[in-house]
Amino acid sequence: MIRLTVNGQQHEVDAEADTPLLYVLRDDLGLNGAKFGCGLGQCGACTVLVDGQPVFSCLTPVSVLAERQVRTIEGLGGNAVQRAFEDVQAAQCGYCIAGMVMRATALLEHNPHPHEDEIRAYMSGNLCRCGTHMRILEAVRQAAGQGVKP
Amino acid sequence: MKLSRALGASVFAAILMTGGCDTVWHPSIPPVAGPAEFPTGQIARGAELAAIGDCSVCHTTEGSRPYASGRGVQTPFGVVYATNITPDPETGIGTWPESAFRRAMREGVDRDGRNLYPVFPYPHFTRATDRDIAALYAFLMTRPAVHADTPPNRLPFPLNQRFVLTGWDHLYLRPGAWQPDPAHDADWNRGAYLVEAVGHCGGCHTPRNVLGAETDGQALAGGEAENWYAPPLQAASPARQGWSVDSLTAYLRTGFDAGHGAAAGPMTAVTAELATVPAADVRAMAVYLTSMMPKPAPAPVVAHAGEDPVFAGACGGCHGPDAPMMRNGAPSLAMSTAVNAPTPRGTIQAILQGLPWREGQAAPYMPPFASVLTDAQIAELAAYLRSAYSDKPAWRDLPAEVARVRGAS
Repeated sequence: MIRLTVNGQQHEVDAEADTPLLYVLRDDLGLNGAKFGCGLGQCGACTVLVDGQPVFSCLTPVSVLAERQVRTIEGLGGNAVQRAFEDVQAAQCGYCIAGMVMRATALLEHNPHPHEDEIRAYMSGNLCRCGTHMRILEAVRQAAGQGVKP
Repeated sequence: MKLSRALGASVFAAILMTGGCDTVWHPSIPPVAGPAEFPTGQIARGAELAAIGDCSVCHTTEGSRPYASGRGVQTPFGVVYATNITPDPETGIGTWPESAFRRAMREGVDRDGRNLYPVFPYPHFTRATDRDIAALYAFLMTRPAVHADTPPNRLPFPLNQRFVLTGWDHLYLRPGAWQPDPAHDADWNRGAYLVEAVGHCGGCHTPRNVLGAETDGQALAGGEAENWYAPPLQAASPARQGWSVDSLTAYLRTGFDAGHGAAAGPMTAVTAELATVPAADVRAMAVYLTSMMPKPAPAPVVAHAGEDPVFAGACGGCHGPDAPMMRNGAPSLAMSTAVNAPTPRGTIQAILQGLPWREGQAAPYMPPFASVLTDAQIAELAAYLRSAYSDKPAWRDLPAEVARVRGAS
């Protein structure tokens, strides 16, 4: 059995040590917010937070997380980033959005008033194939003024 | 700051021993007004030389206009900022006559007569020909002028007193023109000149002594750059499969070679620049460098140990035996210079930072694992990589080295 803490709740899951965190979240814990995109750490659809930092959960072996805090979009509870994404209608198909929201949340928790360059550099790890990047950036700017607490 | 005091004191001593005060002073060279005109061919050659010398790596920062400076280079002594080398008359080199530019390249002294810090590789540029220096001057003086002040250096006393560099120069600057070696052909000599003078490969690939100078007799014996491992480029090259002229030329021009892997860290920018210069120049550099390296040998077979779960979950999707990246021709980690190197620094840096996207370019990419793995997990992973993919002895003190590299990154 492998122990991990997700959104403040402790879990024990029956998984191989090399199983990606993403599979455990979706298949064992029923947390389907994080998406499988490329499986190679290139697209960011699977982004979740580990100890407050964004990681690609598709490349995070579940066995490295024993003493650490995992947060997924299910644990945000409608924060300012989520509201801003809704306000500006940042989603088109929506597949990348959970990852985008998690990365933006990490940014604003650490840097409440980022410059435009900082937003673009930080968000560049996540891709949107529909091409709504301009609205996503607008949502991050809007959320930045509203205060995002860890 | 005890180290810097001690260094300062030894530099003072060096001044007294080697030259006295008459050579501390360099005359100012009168400014010139107005832009000069240059032949197109000379400007074009200057652009190629600027790419071979990779001027923009220090003299352009993210967000700055080209050659307008501002990059702070972290040295063991403090931070030195690269200057504005656009032809802006107030903040750049717009009032510098060619003679002042040549003196800066050869002697490390600016137009006003102030010493420049040897982070600027004038000990290499001093070998550059008049013709090449003139071409670089023509290229820089025809860039758009950008008004941008250079931030003040952050160096402790006495190193913030530029005249102490006169002592450094007495010890380590060896002026003199490049001398071709008649025992070798024209290609080799051309490559040697580009590597040693303009390209200043030794700036990273030669170990530095306690005063920050490249160590005598250790040219290209391996050094470090921004806390990344810079492998030896001579007989001690740890490359698992020897470099041939073809493979090294391809690597230098594309940042990737199927027998060795991808350029990472500060080398990425070097290869991006070399992609823009004539293939013959890069090939000449490869001719010279490979002549000092061990002869190419067939790739050795390295037996894999049992799979490690962290490797399987984090790395195997790309580096595993059957992964799509491997089927597309990426080399096994057994071929990696970083995995076979005497120090784990390159491997640790690659795991921590990955290879960032190069915007707008088809180039190797690797995601960073700094937030995924703890120091202890990275140390275990590095130990596994070493045992599974190299027949070299295990690295020592891995946990401490991971903590050190992460702390400095």
